[in-house]
Amino acid sequence: MLDGLFAPFVEFAFMRRALAGILALALSGAPLGVLLMLRRMSLTGDGLSHAILPGTAIAYAVFGLSLWHMTLGGFLAGGAIMLLAGVMARTTMLKEDATLASFYLISLALGVMIVSLRGSNVDLMHFLFGSVLALDDATLLLVAGIASVTLVSLAVLWRPLVLDGLDPGFLRTVSRSGAPAYFGFMILLVLNLVAGFHALGTLLAVGFLVLPAVTARFWARDLSAMVLIAGLVALGGGLAGLLVSYHASVPSGPAMILALGLVFAASVFVGPVGSVLATHRAGRHRTG
Amino acid sequence: MLGTATERGAAPSIILDDLTLGYDRHPAVHHLSGQIAPGALLAVVGPNGAGKSTLIKGLIGELKPLGGRISGALAGPGRRQVRLAYVPQKDGIDLTYPVSVFDLVAMGLWERRGLFGAFGRSDTRAVAQALALVGLSGFERRPVGTLSGGQLQRALFARVSLQDAPVILLDEPFSAIDNATVDDLMTVIRGWHREGRTVVAVLHDLALVRAHFPQTLLMARQAIAWGPTAQVLTPENLARSRAMTEAFDDTAPFCEVSPDGGHAHPHGHDHDHGHDHSDGHAHGDRHGHAGDKAAVSGSPSGQAKTHPHA
Repeated sequence: MLDGLFAPFVEFAFMRRALAGILALALSGAPLGVLLMLRRMSLTGDGLSHAILPGTAIAYAVFGLSLWHMTLGGFLAGGAIMLLAGVMARTTMLKEDATLASFYLISLALGVMIVSLRGSNVDLMHFLFGSVLALDDATLLLVAGIASVTLVSLAVLWRPLVLDGLDPGFLRTVSRSGAPAYFGFMILLVLNLVAGFHALGTLLAVGFLVLPAVTARFWARDLSAMVLIAGLVALGGGLAGLLVSYHASVPSGPAMILALGLVFAASVFVGPVGSVLATHRAGRHRTG
Repeated sequence: MLGTATERGAAPSIILDDLTLGYDRHPAVHHLSGQIAPGALLAVVGPNGAGKSTLIKGLIGELKPLGGRISGALAGPGRRQVRLAYVPQKDGIDLTYPVSVFDLVAMGLWERRGLFGAFGRSDTRAVAQALALVGLSGFERRPVGTLSGGQLQRALFARVSLQDAPVILLDEPFSAIDNATVDDLMTVIRGWHREGRTVVAVLHDLALVRAHFPQTLLMARQAIAWGPTAQVLTPENLARSRAMTEAFDDTAPFCEVSPDGGHAHPHGHDHDHGHDHSDGHAHGDRHGHAGDKAAVSGSPSGQAKTHPHA
């Protein structure tokens, strides 16, 4: 049993690299995901993750499977869609969710079209679902670098980001850091989605941000605890998914997301804060 | 309590100079002039739609003037001379956030702790003191989402106390608040007044204003009267404030300022907001004309001349 847990990592370098990649994604994805959830932007994150695809696809069509070109292309495309959706929401009658949904549908279709024209179905699967088991050293360094930048930036932006979501009116009266902090947050988001893209593909990239965060909501009343739990959930789910993928020979990305999904489903029912069980188990009330 | 007298010592007045504030070029506060002296305890009263909240938004710099200007203590963005603390009418606080009452109140320390400043034991004590001041001792660990309306308002007052600002603006702080809470929070406001802070509060309870606020601005887009409370809240002034219309008129002509500083209107139009220059102080020249329903002019006593249409 224990052998099944450790042997794959002892035996295979690609499993160790996958584990390191997941560690990086989990550490930076958890706090970002919690902020996304608290700001009711989980779907925005999902939309943005698809918006990355045409950028990476164009880079792939022009330069082939080049890590740096695809990363830059993805970052530029994600950033452009983010800005465009924001500008359109302010200048037209459409709300931001509608513009973002339109953009990401178009982006997804465009990306799939470009990749199909240039490459094979195998390449397309790589774009859509990633390949955490095929992370090379350069990709791993990129993912770890993005995670490091994210954690350092969040340390600086944390207070204004939380305050801007909690009580934006108050923050405006005492500081002008709200808007720059939010902009920085969106850049970090796109960066992490690009990192997630390499490991999980465009369709699942947001998984390490959203699922651990919403799971943690059922286990903590306090923001710091929520971030910590989200990180642990991301790490545990990633590890479990990786092992299942190894032993059962199933695709790694979906296995990890499904593992996170199981933890989420269990938490919805039995978590101590606001779960089905906690809400319906009235119990005896206190005198005061 | 947390007095830093240095900042308040030489605090300048808040000066409103022919101030017009509004939305889409429609005035909600119209040609308002006057001064709020340091340490003043001023109530702003008037019917709904009178521009009270708009005035507060102008004072905190969220709304740029359509005309005129705010100078002195709260001059525009970047030129503000003193810090201010503000409790909005509808606080935009997201109560689903997983933060405690302690966290919420500790936000008041932002200007001293900023992005990174460590949160020390003295800060914890200061938060506890502020909570005690508003009667919320023991609520530190409660999630903000579990507070009642009155408790949340107490917490916001604690946060204002912690901000230790020379100017405090309160927009309808007592709407939907029970009497006991109003009494407690009124005590807090009087404490701020004793400490020499400038307090401006938008209020609807005239009895409360008469009992506690030495100065009152009665407005209905323009100032109806501004001065000592007893002389402002007269039956005639109140009747005139109620005659104001709330609807914006999209066909209303533009309000023009003639080169000599007076206000000239195209003749023959029938828009129904009046123009006056009541500043509650010395001058108060008057530019009413036929068709104005509420043209008034302020005077030091707040006893504006009555108008046939008012």
